[in-house]
Amino acid sequence: MKLSLNGEPRELDDGATVSAAVEAAGAEPAAGGIAVAIDGEVVPRSQWGQTPLREGQQVEVLQAVQGG
Amino acid sequence: MSEPKPPFELAGRALDSRLILGTGGFRNLSVLAEAAAASGARVATVALRRVDPSARGSIADVLREGGLELLPNTAGCYTARDAVATARLAREALESDWVKLEVIGDDRTLLPDASELLEAAATLVGEGFAVLPYTNDDPVLARRLEDVGCAAVMPLGSPIGSGMGICNPYNIRLIVEQASVPVILDAGVGTASDAALAMELGCDAVLLASAVSRAEDPPAMARAMRLAIESGRLAFEAGRIPRRLYGEPSTPSEGVPELHSRP
Repeated sequence: MKLSLNGEPRELDDGATVSAAVEAAGAEPAAGGIAVAIDGEVVPRSQWGQTPLREGQQVEVLQAVQGG
Repeated sequence: MSEPKPPFELAGRALDSRLILGTGGFRNLSVLAEAAAASGARVATVALRRVDPSARGSIADVLREGGLELLPNTAGCYTARDAVATARLAREALESDWVKLEVIGDDRTLLPDASELLEAAATLVGEGFAVLPYTNDDPVLARRLEDVGCAAVMPLGSPIGSGMGICNPYNIRLIVEQASVPVILDAGVGTASDAALAMELGCDAVLLASAVSRAEDPPAMARAMRLAIESGRLAFEAGRIPRRLYGEPSTPSEGVPELHSRP
C-alpha cells in the first residue's frame, strides 16, 4: 500500500502495522521517546502492534530533538 | 542568615534550580551536556520532530543522564489545533504530562498568537496537562491564562533569540504582582544581567536557550546564568533599597569634628 511516511511517499506491505512504519522511518520501535500520529491523531504505543495501516494515510513518526 | 527558603515548585515538582534550559541551538550534544551541567538546571526543553535516521545520539538520554527532566514544547505551531496535537504526541513520546505551550503568530518576530494560545491552553488543561504557556508580556493575557488553569505563566522579555533582554520590566512586574502561579521569564535573555533583572523583578525562574547555546563559550555562559539567577533571586528576597533622586549619606552626620578655627 502507498502512504506518506514523515512527508515522503512510501510503499509498505499490505497489512503492515504502525510498528512497521516506525521501523521504516528509521526508528527502533522498542526504544523510548517516540510518538506516532496517523492523520494527526496519536496512536498510543500500546496499540502500534495491532493497528493496521491503510492506503493513503499520513503517518508521522516523531522523537525528541533539541529545541526551545 | 535567614531561614533557608523552600525550593522552587513548578507543576508539582520541587526544583533546586530556577534556571530552565532550552536546548535549541547547541552545536552538538556534548556541548549541551557540558552547558547543562554548568547551568545547574533540573529541567530542559525539547521539541518533537520527525525521526532522523542519520541523527547520532539521543537528546533524551543525554539530558536524563545529566539528571534533567524533559519539558516538551510545541515550537513551530501556529494554530491551537497544531499545538494541541503536538502536546498530545509529546505526552505519548515522553510519558509526562507537562508542556511548554508555544503558539506563534508571526514568523518574523516569533511573538505569540494570544487567541490561539488561550484556546490551546484551555483545551490542554481540560485534558489534564500541566500547561506552561510562553506568552506576551501582557498582564491581562497572563491573568486569562492563569484563569483557564495554566500551571505557570511564561512572559517574554523580548522576542525569542533576540537577546534584547527585558524590554518592558514594568509589565513583568505587573504580571509578577498579580500572579498566583509561578512566573517564568521566557525568551529574550541575552546576557547574565538580563537574567538577574528578571529575578530582581520577582520572577520565579528564567527559561533561556540561545543566550547560552549561541554564546562563544556555552558552558561558561551557562555558569554565568546560574550565578546571575541565584544572585538576582537573593537580591529580590533581601529587599532592595528604594530609588531616590538625591543622595542619602550612609555615614552619620552627627559628631563631625571641627578641624579648622572659624574665621
